[in-house]
Amino acid sequence: MILIAAKKTFRSINLSKYLIVFILIGLMVFSGILSPAFLKPRNILNIFWQTSYVGIIAIGITFVMIAGGIDLSVGSMLALLGAVAIQLVNKFGDRTSSVILSILITYAMAMLLGFGIGLLTTKGRIPAFVTTLGGMAIYRSLVLNFANGGVYMTMSQKYTSMGMKFVLGLPLPMLVFIIYAVVAYILLDKTKFGRHVFAVGANETAAMYSAINVDMVRTWTYVVSGISVATSAILLSSMMSAVSSSSTGNGFELDAIAAAVIGGTSLSGGKGSVFGTFFGALILGVINNMLVMLNVAVYLQGTVKGLIIIGAVILQNLRRE
Amino acid sequence: MRKFFVVVFLALVVFTFAQKIRVGVAIPAADHGWTGGMVWWAQYAIKQYQNDPNVEFYLVTAKEPSEQIAQVQALLAKGIDALVINPYESAPLTPICVQAFRQGVFTVIVDRGINSEEYNTYIAGDNYMYGYLAGKYIAEKLKGKGNVVVIRGIPCSIDDERVKAFKDAISLYPDLKIIAEQPGYWSREKAFEVMQTLLTKFPTIDAVWTGDDDMLHGVLLALRQAGRDKNIVLVGGACEKNMVKMIMDGHPLIGVNFTYPPNMISTAINLAVMGLRKQDLNGFYQRGIPRKIILATEVVTKENAKDYYFPESVF
Repeated sequence: MILIAAKKTFRSINLSKYLIVFILIGLMVFSGILSPAFLKPRNILNIFWQTSYVGIIAIGITFVMIAGGIDLSVGSMLALLGAVAIQLVNKFGDRTSSVILSILITYAMAMLLGFGIGLLTTKGRIPAFVTTLGGMAIYRSLVLNFANGGVYMTMSQKYTSMGMKFVLGLPLPMLVFIIYAVVAYILLDKTKFGRHVFAVGANETAAMYSAINVDMVRTWTYVVSGISVATSAILLSSMMSAVSSSSTGNGFELDAIAAAVIGGTSLSGGKGSVFGTFFGALILGVINNMLVMLNVAVYLQGTVKGLIIIGAVILQNLRRE
Repeated sequence: MRKFFVVVFLALVVFTFAQKIRVGVAIPAADHGWTGGMVWWAQYAIKQYQNDPNVEFYLVTAKEPSEQIAQVQALLAKGIDALVINPYESAPLTPICVQAFRQGVFTVIVDRGINSEEYNTYIAGDNYMYGYLAGKYIAEKLKGKGNVVVIRGIPCSIDDERVKAFKDAISLYPDLKIIAEQPGYWSREKAFEVMQTLLTKFPTIDAVWTGDDDMLHGVLLALRQAGRDKNIVLVGGACEKNMVKMIMDGHPLIGVNFTYPPNMISTAINLAVMGLRKQDLNGFYQRGIPRKIILATEVVTKENAKDYYFPESVF
């Protein structure tokens, strides 16, 4: 009796929760068979590395989406914050202290922008789609304007050595991605704030009656998103030692939202997990890597990517029935 | 009564002759390095006329074809004498360009052609030679033998033409193999990612051709990071200023570049003004502005790099 019950719970909770991991493993085995180079440890590290930039942003967006919002501004914001970090480092000089100061200012700015967008959305009663779409346009145009359509570059050794750094044999962006996911998981699943995020997204009225400050919880999710974007912007701009005002961050918002959705986050709020988003982002990373490894024909890459994304979501929906 | 008509007629004549030349310039907004360069060069060319009170410019940039159509409609409504346009896409922009031409506006089409012959002048870069010369350089540098990686731009007809030309040049050498062809979307980050992946897949890569210099920056970074930035031939294109600087300073891996000049927009703007002023081209026995101009792909090496280095440009 107990055994059956245990089996049942195992099936209903664990298996469904970890289904996304199996999808990822399945995808990797499939790619590994078609191209043995895919499974080289070096390549696996690369996938993790390449995924981390969108992945960190996707974790932030998960908070926003669970609370019933959306953030389309992340791609442009990435370019803006990266540009700010680079300009600050250039201004303050090539010293460790100036790099730290630049990073702190970038984070402060990110939180301020996130808070602003959050307030506009909640207090201003404007749909998040609109405010963040506006943010997307404004940030991008500011970045373009100050660089006149060109590139922000830095020669700072201190700053650029950061993005390429390896710690314990692992690329720094990958480590940050993992640590960031763990911290975000604790914030979302183990704290009052996290519970409120779920409550607000699942049923706004009920949350209001439970004395939750709905507007503030929503606003703070945009701050979380801002912090994620800043983290990604610093990692990316220090690795590339440049931010292109026109192309950096283009399409990141869609990739980040896709990662969250693949990971089981609901577009209408109330549902989602950092765990899922983490693996959702990795699935996207594996797809991108696989397209190159298997030398998939240029024009067909979108089709392959689209089919896998839709397939992953269908597989996850099947389990619920 | 007759007096009145004479006065009106005179007033009209004076008015027409005193009127400024008005040139509308419609180009896509900066969405990668090269288009950013084009916006910069358009502004640069317009600035050269700032002391000329008889010319006036309206510069507009669009993020998509429908926006550009609306912008050209607005320019036509405002009243322009010449239209210099880099169409965002050929088909959707064709009707409005034709309409401008039929209204008597001196129409200069830049780089991306329209699906009609109704325009005054067409000026463009040479996509074929852009790819062909890169292929030829790599083949000669590798003495006709080795593994070549192609990282191309955003898949589109322009990019297709360049890649095809590159392959034409490579195909003359049976021992040269293109081992991978992947899109880098004219982006540093994407090219870095693709190169990183290809480096783990292939133990030996003898040459890399990227569709433009932005992507070559990403490739360089990936090579340096993997410790494989030696014994490899690297070719980009379009003469981004930092790349030209590296060639000028004698970079060990990058020795050549090929023009696909974003300042063709500056030439196009001059052509529009010259066309309206009925000026001729020096050295031509014929009058007026030629109807089709394909700019040569110029080869940039250490020796002449300083002529192609524009530090104040954004690209």
